[in-house]
Amino acid sequence: MERRIRVVVGKPGLDGHDRGAKVVASALRDAGMEVIYTGLRATPEVIVQTAIQESCDLIGLSVLSGAHEALAERTLAALKLAGVSIPIIMGGVIPPEDRQRLTALGIGAIFGQEATLEEIVSGVKRLIASTEVHA
Amino acid sequence: MTHKTRSGTPIAPLYEPEGGPPASIGKPGEYPFTRGIHSSMYLGKTWTMRQYAGFGAPEETNQRFRYLLESGQTGLSVALDLPTQLGYDSDAPEAAGEVGKVGVAIDSLHDMETIFAGIPLDKVSTSFTINGTAPILLAMYEAVAEKQGVAKDRIAGTIQNDLLKEFGARGAWIFPIRPSMRLCVDAIEYCTRELPRMNPISIASHYRDAGATPAEEAAYTLSDGVAYVLACLERGLEVDAFAPRLSFFFYTYVNFFEEVAKYRAARRIWARIMRERFSAKNPDSWRMRIACVCGGHSLTQAEPLNNIARTTIETMAVACAGLQSVFTAAYDEAFAIPTELSARTALRVQQIVAYETDIAKTIDPLAGSYFVEALTDEMERAITEKMDEIEKRGGMVRCLEDGFIQKAIAQRAFEYQRDLDSGRVPVVGVNKFKSSEPTPIELYKPDRAAEKKKIDGLATLKQSRDAATVTASLNALELSAHGSGNLMSDIRHAVGCYATVGEISDRLRKVFGVYQPSTAF
Repeated sequence: MERRIRVVVGKPGLDGHDRGAKVVASALRDAGMEVIYTGLRATPEVIVQTAIQESCDLIGLSVLSGAHEALAERTLAALKLAGVSIPIIMGGVIPPEDRQRLTALGIGAIFGQEATLEEIVSGVKRLIASTEVHA
Repeated sequence: MTHKTRSGTPIAPLYEPEGGPPASIGKPGEYPFTRGIHSSMYLGKTWTMRQYAGFGAPEETNQRFRYLLESGQTGLSVALDLPTQLGYDSDAPEAAGEVGKVGVAIDSLHDMETIFAGIPLDKVSTSFTINGTAPILLAMYEAVAEKQGVAKDRIAGTIQNDLLKEFGARGAWIFPIRPSMRLCVDAIEYCTRELPRMNPISIASHYRDAGATPAEEAAYTLSDGVAYVLACLERGLEVDAFAPRLSFFFYTYVNFFEEVAKYRAARRIWARIMRERFSAKNPDSWRMRIACVCGGHSLTQAEPLNNIARTTIETMAVACAGLQSVFTAAYDEAFAIPTELSARTALRVQQIVAYETDIAKTIDPLAGSYFVEALTDEMERAITEKMDEIEKRGGMVRCLEDGFIQKAIAQRAFEYQRDLDSGRVPVVGVNKFKSSEPTPIELYKPDRAAEKKKIDGLATLKQSRDAATVTASLNALELSAHGSGNLMSDIRHAVGCYATVGEISDRLRKVFGVYQPSTAF
């Protein structure tokens, strides 16, 4: 049997609005994936550690506070320090002009507020598949 | 002054059925306050236009406040950055990247002095969206007003100070639930004794923005209200001493008639609870004073200018519902904090509803509509039913501790998203009449140097203080926290010594510990 996709959903930073994180986590679980939510204020380092321990295929980060760039950098740095490569997607309140910058940093995909759950689920699958090809 | 329609028909201040209103509806300003909490409503005074603002360094926020006051705004509302809300100084590692982002950064009394420089606090009332660190910010505000020479009984404003909804929906908690309740009641008790014009709590409905339906939103929020009344009574306060200063804060979306009905029903329920259950004698204890935000989750990133239409409908709803204070969100709310243009436009929405339409010219203009009265009765029934369920489960504190509320809300949010994706809930520009062309709008650009500037300022402050006095004040606070007395006077003293939000919060964290969030979804 094929292994189920494993995803860690993180809500790094100090903001407590995790409606979106939980909705996305529920949608991925509904789509047959195993999902771990690290809860409010888990640091990027803790999220990365969880992803490694749980052999996750992808990390999803939700940021609404405007600190997306700093948090993306910290998460990528934690991955690099651990010497692993796990694709990251981000969502939340992210102004369009910041999206390119995040992609350039190494974020695999950014889902805006208006993305449907179906788009997110298929985006996650696509990103994991393309990562496996490159690995 | 008698208002007239454009055709010349006089508009009476109040319309009633022949033979007087039924008891369930009553008269404006009278129990059960279906038609509003004052007898003259907006004919006496239009609602307070209070736009939420604050960002970057205290100097920038001071400038925006002066701009809003010059534009005709009638009250201030301070947005605080997350480190300030969670008890971290700007130089804390936890604060990196978040300083001045979603609001202004306040580290010490010095920052509070800067924010209100040149703003007379005997004339302007200020609302603070602050919860975990509400006692600290309250102490700072009082200290600034005192320095301006404002008498204690003239200091007017609101601290949100509603911790329960932080555990249930908004997530800006610091300490576990029980010590959080203790601090919350400390501030209420302090205001009751010392600052009679402060609203020491604004019981808020962030449950709605987290996914709850309007009936659930009202039920959870009113149940929080009950929990706070119980906590204050347990502290030994007389119900009529504090209940008149309790205030509420709600979310309003575009479901126009349901929103009007929600507010009319909520007032009725609160009045009954205060009079019947808690035996309050002062009619002011029965009056549910409500502030609100129009916007929140009802706004979209797609075609952002459509949001002006949405917030206009929402602002009309709350004007028809007779609320006391209104914040209309800006059209770019789904992207970033507002620009000067979007903030002004949002204020203009309120001014147009207040002055160009005839909504504010007669009290409770939708009363007597078959639809609105039926919906009001139905909302009252639905809200009461949910409140009864919460009571049966041991009350709101218990329901938040065991995650019952959080799970219900997360489930609703997921259902809503599926309805949105399937088109069952139409949202123009998102799943209906979707356009592929982006609407270019100018967004607020955060000052990337602001964080560094703030940290440097804090370092300067720390050097200029009397370190021994600061430490002594913090030691005294820590000692008191181990006891059970009210902590406000210790906090007041520490703040006056220019102890920082982070230093004070660290001492309290040491004694109370930190809340452990749930990872369930």
